[in-house]
Amino acid sequence: MRLLAALALVLAAPAALAQGYAGLGAEPQEGYAEVRPDREIRFPEDHGPHPEFRIEWWYVTANLEDAEGRAYGLQWTLFRSALRPASSTGGGGEGWASPQFWMAHAAVTSADQHLSAERFARGGIGQAGVAGVPFSAHLDDWRFESTTPAPDAPFAPLHLSARGEDFAYDLTLATDAPPVLQGEAGYSVKSDLGQASHYYSQPFFEAEGTLVIEGREREVRGRAWMDREWSTQPLAPGQSGWDWFALRFGDDTAVMLYRLRQDDGNHYLTGNWIGRDGRSESLGRNTVSMTPLERTDIDGRAVPTHWRIEIPSRDVTIETVPLNAQSWMDTSFEYWEGPIRFAGSHEGVGYLEMTGY
Amino acid sequence: MSRPASPAGVLRWTLATLLSHWWRSPIQLAALVVGLSVATALWSGVQALNAEARASYDRAAEAFGSRLPRLEPVGASRFDQSAYVALRRAGWPVTPVLEGTVSPDHAAPDPAPLRLIGIDPLTMPAGAGLVLDAPDAAEDDGENGDGFAEFILPPHRTYAAAETMRALGLGEGAVPRLADGPALPPLSLRPRLSPGLLVVDVGAAQTVLQAPDALSYLLIAPGGTAGLAAPKDVTDIPLRRSQPEGAGDLDRLTESFHMNLTAFGLLAFLVGLFIVNAAIGLAFEQRRTMFRTLRATGVSAGMLAGALGLEMVVLALGAGLLGLVGGYGVAAALLPDVAASLRGLYGADVPGSLGLRPGWWAAGLAMSVAGAMLAAGQSLWRAYTMPLLAAAGPQAWAEAQRRWLRRQGLVALGVALVALALPLTGLSGLMAGFGQLAGLLLAAALLLPVLLAGLLGAAERLAAPGLGRWFWADSRQQLPGLSLALMALLLALGVNIGVGTMVGSFRATFTHWLDDRLAAEVYFRAADTAEARRMTDWLEARDEVAAVLPNWRAEARLEGWPVDVYGFTDDPLYRTRWPLLAELPQVWDRIAAGEAALVSEQLAYRLDLAPGERIALPGAEGRLEAVVGGIYADYGNPKGQMRVDLALLLQHWPDVEQRAFGVRLDGAPAAPLVADMRETFGLGEDRLRDNETLKALSLRIFERTFVVTGALNTLTLGVAGIALLTSLVTLSGLRLPSLAPVWALGVTRRSLGLMELGKMLALALFTGLIAIPLGLGIAWMLVAVINVEAFGWRLPLTLFPLDWARLLALAVLTAGLAAALPLWRLARMAPARLVAVFASAR
Amino acid sequence: MSQLLSVETLSKSYPTPGGRLHVLGGVSFSLAPGRMLALTGESGSGKSTLLHLVGGLDRPDSGSVRLAGTEIAALPERARARLRRERIGIVFQQFNLVPSLSVADNLSLQARLAGRHDPAWEAELAERLGLGETLARYPEQLSGGQQQRLAIGRALAARPALLLADEPTGNLDEHTAGAVMALTRALVTETGAALLMVTHSMALAATLDERLHLSGGQLSHRAAAA
Repeated sequence: MRLLAALALVLAAPAALAQGYAGLGAEPQEGYAEVRPDREIRFPEDHGPHPEFRIEWWYVTANLEDAEGRAYGLQWTLFRSALRPASSTGGGGEGWASPQFWMAHAAVTSADQHLSAERFARGGIGQAGVAGVPFSAHLDDWRFESTTPAPDAPFAPLHLSARGEDFAYDLTLATDAPPVLQGEAGYSVKSDLGQASHYYSQPFFEAEGTLVIEGREREVRGRAWMDREWSTQPLAPGQSGWDWFALRFGDDTAVMLYRLRQDDGNHYLTGNWIGRDGRSESLGRNTVSMTPLERTDIDGRAVPTHWRIEIPSRDVTIETVPLNAQSWMDTSFEYWEGPIRFAGSHEGVGYLEMTGY
Repeated sequence: MSRPASPAGVLRWTLATLLSHWWRSPIQLAALVVGLSVATALWSGVQALNAEARASYDRAAEAFGSRLPRLEPVGASRFDQSAYVALRRAGWPVTPVLEGTVSPDHAAPDPAPLRLIGIDPLTMPAGAGLVLDAPDAAEDDGENGDGFAEFILPPHRTYAAAETMRALGLGEGAVPRLADGPALPPLSLRPRLSPGLLVVDVGAAQTVLQAPDALSYLLIAPGGTAGLAAPKDVTDIPLRRSQPEGAGDLDRLTESFHMNLTAFGLLAFLVGLFIVNAAIGLAFEQRRTMFRTLRATGVSAGMLAGALGLEMVVLALGAGLLGLVGGYGVAAALLPDVAASLRGLYGADVPGSLGLRPGWWAAGLAMSVAGAMLAAGQSLWRAYTMPLLAAAGPQAWAEAQRRWLRRQGLVALGVALVALALPLTGLSGLMAGFGQLAGLLLAAALLLPVLLAGLLGAAERLAAPGLGRWFWADSRQQLPGLSLALMALLLALGVNIGVGTMVGSFRATFTHWLDDRLAAEVYFRAADTAEARRMTDWLEARDEVAAVLPNWRAEARLEGWPVDVYGFTDDPLYRTRWPLLAELPQVWDRIAAGEAALVSEQLAYRLDLAPGERIALPGAEGRLEAVVGGIYADYGNPKGQMRVDLALLLQHWPDVEQRAFGVRLDGAPAAPLVADMRETFGLGEDRLRDNETLKALSLRIFERTFVVTGALNTLTLGVAGIALLTSLVTLSGLRLPSLAPVWALGVTRRSLGLMELGKMLALALFTGLIAIPLGLGIAWMLVAVINVEAFGWRLPLTLFPLDWARLLALAVLTAGLAAALPLWRLARMAPARLVAVFASAR
Repeated sequence: MSQLLSVETLSKSYPTPGGRLHVLGGVSFSLAPGRMLALTGESGSGKSTLLHLVGGLDRPDSGSVRLAGTEIAALPERARARLRRERIGIVFQQFNLVPSLSVADNLSLQARLAGRHDPAWEAELAERLGLGETLARYPEQLSGGQQQRLAIGRALAARPALLLADEPTGNLDEHTAGAVMALTRALVTETGAALLMVTHSMALAATLDERLHLSGGQLSHRAAAA
C-alpha cells in the first residue's frame, strides 16, 4: 500500500495549500469539541488525550551533548488525529473501528547526520495510546511515560525512547519546574479569525541517557522541551505553514515564538516569554520580528535555515544557526525540524520547526 | 528536363513495378497474406496467452504477503489479536492479516468462493505486495468517499479487481451479499489486485467472517527482528515463524506448460511460413522476366534486392497486423481454458480477459517481418545474384527443384542424425527434447517428397501404359510444386496424431490411476485440530466406517524444489490399492516401521532417486532421513511429493496441521455418510467430498488442460489446408501446359478434372500414411522425453488406430477441398485457353 | 567525328564443363552518334555477348568499352545501372515486357526510372508505334508485333544516346519485321541516337549504315553502307 499517498489523501487533500499544512486548516467538521478561551488547563488530567478534539500532539525536543562535547538534537512526537468525530461513529468506534489515528515521528540530528523514522497505528486495539494518570504515551515500542507508574506518582521523571532503522535513544527527563501555559493561560491564538489551540509546555527538562547512531552508543545529556497542544482547527484558511522557535536563554528563561504564514503575506507572529517559575507572558500580536537570513536548498525547496529574531520589548536581537541545515523530516508529511544555536544580545540553543515549505 | 532520377525515384518506380505483379495476381497475394497472417495469428495468439499468464504470475508473486515471512498460530487456524498488539509493543514489525473464504449469494453470475483478506493498511509494509492503486488517482482524493479513511472506518470498502466484480455481477459502490453472514462493505475498484481476491480492512474482515478479535497470521516486514524478544516471551499465544513459499515457484512450475504452448505456436508459425515460402518462391519465378527487364533498364542488383526486401516488409507489416488481430481473437477464445487449466494444475490465478500490451504488438509484427524475410531470404538472394542474361525459365526452376529434391533426402538424413545426437552435445532437459522433436519434424518433412516420389514412381511402374501411367507420371511431375504444402500437411497430421496419442494415453492412464489413488470413499478437512478430533471420534463410532485415515501434510524444500510431505497410517487400503511404479520388498512394513518413504515419480526423476537410495530433507525439527521404499505416479502435480509414516512426520513436524483425513467404508455407500457429516459438522463443498466428486473434478481439470492443445492442433491442420489450397491455386496456371496435350488427345475437361482430383487425393493419402509413423514417433517423444522433462512423469503409450483413420479421412477431405477451386476453374475453362497453350508455346 | 561508342580489343570467355569457352577474342570497333550498325553472325558467334558487354549487362575479361568517353567496364555495378537507365535503351528478342504493367506503364517505365518521364514524347511514341489504342491493355493482350513495338518504344522513351537491339524482329513475320524496322530507323534518326543491332538477317543488316560480322569471336568483315 502506498501509505504515503493514502495518508496524504486523508490528512492533506490535494488542495493542501489552500487548506494549510497537513490539512490543519481544513474547515472543522461538526461534532468535534471547540477550543475556547475559558477552558482551564488542569494537571495531571490534561497530560492525557482529548479525543473529542480533532488533533493533538505530544512533542519533545532536546539539545544534547556527548562526553566529547559534540552537539546532538533529538525529537520524539506522537500525533493523534480523529478521522471522524468520536461521537459520529454511533455505537461503533471500538476496536479496529476507532476513528483515532496515531502517528509518531522520531529523529536524531548531529552536525552531519539527520536520521528520522515514523510509525503509524490505529486507535482502539492498544497498539498506540495515551493515558493521563499515571502518564503513559506509546506507539509500538516508542514510549514516553512516567518512570513510576503509580496513580499518585508525579508526572516527571519520565522515560523517553524510540528507535529507527539506524538509530535509537533512551533518555530520562527530569524537572522541578511547573508546566507553563502558552498564549493567554493556555489559549493560543493562531489567526485573526480566531483559530486557536490549547497549548502548554515544559521547557525545563534535564535530559540524560543513551543515543545510538548506526550502532555506536553514546552517553548524552542536555535539556529537553515538551510541547502539548490540542485543537480542532489550529490554522485558518489561507495559512500555509509556520516557523516555530523554542529558545532557551540561560537556565531560567525560555522563549517560544511562532510565525504563521498567510498566503496574503500578512503573517501572524506571536510568542511567550517564559520563566522557570511558571510565569508565562504573551508577547502579543506582531511585537516580534523574524527575518530569514539564508536559505538552504533541500530537494529543490528553499528552506530558511538562518534567521534574525528581534523582540524590541525585551531588547532581544539574535541570529540563529542550525546544527545541521539539512534537518529535513523525510516522513509522510515532510517538514524541517532540528536543533539550533543563536548569538547576539543573547546566546544559547533551542529548536526550530518549519512546515509548509 | 533531363534531371537524373534520384535513388528514391528509382526505388519508387522499381517498387511500383514489383507491386504491380501482386495486383495482377491477387490469389498469390492472398496466399502470401493469408499464410503470413495465419502464422502470425497463431504465434502471437500463443504469445498473448503466455504474456497474460505470466503477468498474472507476477501479480501473484507480488501478491499479498507472498514474499514476507510470517508468524502463524500453532495448532489452530486463527488466534487472538492481543498477540499482535503485544508483539508490536515489543517492537516487532508485524502487520495483522485475517483470511477467509466467502461465498457470494446466488445472485452472483459466478458463485465460486472468493478469497477475503483483511489487512491493516497502516502497518502494512511496502513489500507486502498489495497494489491498492485506485484506477484514477485524480478521483481518489478522499472527497468522493473512496479514500483511506473510508477503507478503515465503517462501513468500510471492499477492494476488488474488475474481474472479481464481474464474477459478482456488481459494480462499484454495490454491496455484495454473501451466502451466509453479514454483507461485504461496498465495492471499490482496484485494477491491479488478483482476480478472485477481496481486500477489506482487518476490522471489516472480522465482522464479515464473524471472527471478532481474530487474526490468521502476521506478516513480518522486511528489516530485521534481531534484538527483539522472542514471540513466546511476549505473548502466551503459540506462534511459529514460517518462510513464504518461493514466490518464483509459480513461474517455475508453469514453465513447462508455457513451453508446450510456445512450441505449438512456433510449429504453427513454421507451417504458416511454408505457405509464405511457397507463395514467394512462385512469385519470384513468375517475375523473373520483370527482374531482368528492370535490371536491363537500369536498376542495379542491390536496388532490386532492396526493393524486393522493402516489398516484403510492407507485405509482412500488413499481413502481420491482420495476424495480430487474428491472434488476439485466438487468444481471447482460448484464454478461459488456459486460465482454467492453470488454476486447476497450479492454482495460478489468471484473469479470463485479455490485456493488450504494446510489447506484444511490436513483437508480433517483428515476428511477422522476420518470418517473411526468412521465407523470402532465398528468393531475395537469388534476385540479387541472378545472372542478368541466363535464359532460365520456369522449366529451369522446376529442374532445380527436382535437383534439390534429390539432395533433400540426404539433408533429411543429416537433420535426423543431428537430432538424435543432440543429447550427446550436452544440451539436455526440455530444450533438448524440443530440439529433438523439431529435428524429427524437419527430417520427416524433408524426407516426404523423396518418399512420395518413390511411392509415385512405384505406382507408375505398376500402372498399365496409357492414361493410367500418365496419371502417376504427372502426379510425380507435380510433386515439386506441391511438396511444401504437402510437408505442411504432413507436419500438421503428424503432430495431430502424436499429440492425440499422447493425450489419449494420458487420459487412459490417468482415469485408471485416479480409481486406485482415490481409494478411500470420503475425504474431509476439519477447521482445526479440535474439530478434527470431534469428527474422527464421531466417525469411528459409526458402523459403516472401516477406518479414518489421516493425511497430514507438511511443506518442505528439497534442493530448491517445493515438496509436500504427507504422513499416513498403515492400512490395507494402501497395501492393496496404492499403485507403485517401483518398490523394495516389504515396502509397506518398512514404511510402517518408519524406515522407508514413498516418493512421487516427478520427485524421483528430478532428484534421480531409485528404490533403496537414501533421502534426507530438513524438517521443522531435525532432518528426516529414510530409504526410498517405492515410487508412485502423481500425475498432474507440479510439486514433488513424499509419503512417510504418520509418526515419522509428527516427529519432524510436530506442529503440522492435523486436519485432513480420508474415510474408508466397509462397502456401504458414501452418500448417506456425507450427508450426515454435512448435517452434523456443517462442512461445505470445499471441505468434504466423496471420491466420485473428486474424480469428476480431477478429470474436468484434466480435460480443460488439453482443450488448448486440441484447439491449436486443429488450427495447425487448418493452416496446412490453406497451404494446400494456395499452392494448388497458384500452380493451376502452371498446370495448363501439362493438361492441354492430354485434353487435345481427347480427354474431356471433366475427366481431366476428376483425374486432377484423384492425383491430389492420392498425394494426400500417401502423405497421411507417412504421417502415421511420424505421429507415433512424435507421441513417443512427447511421452518418453518431453513429458518426463517437463513434468517428471512417464506414461504407457496406448495406440488409437480409429483416430488415425479419422485423420486420414480428414487429410483426404482437406486435400479435396483445397483442390476444389482450381478444379472448378479447370472444368469451366474455355477451350480457347487450352488451345492458347499451343499457340504460345515456343 | 568523335565517336559515341568505342570498343577496344574486347575479350570474354565463360567457364563450361569442357573448359573455358572463348566467346569474344579481341573485338574492336566504334560508332558515331546518329549512326546505325548491324552486327551479324552465326548462332553462338558472340553477337549477344558483345551486345551485353556494350550495354554494361556483363563485364569483359579484357579490353574496353567507352560510351561518350566513359569506360563502362570499369564502372561499379551501381554506376553501370545508372548509365543504363540514363544513356542506353535495350530491346530484347523476347521483348521482356513487364506482364503486370499496362502498355502505358511499360512504355514509360525506363523514362520514369531515369527521371525523364515526358508524357508528350511518350504519347507521340505510342502514336507513331501504333500503340495509341492499346495503352490501357496489358502486354499479353497484344500481338507479337505490338509487343515488339512496345519494347522499342520503352527503350526510346528515355531518349537514350545508344539503342541496343538484340534480334528485335526475330519473332516477327517478314512483313511486320520490315515495318517495325522502318519505324525504328526513323525514330533513331530523329532522336539522334546511335543504334547497335544484332541480327542474323543479312537483308535487315543491309538496311543499316554499317555492318560488322562476327565469326568465332572475331570481327571478320567490315563494310560501310553503300
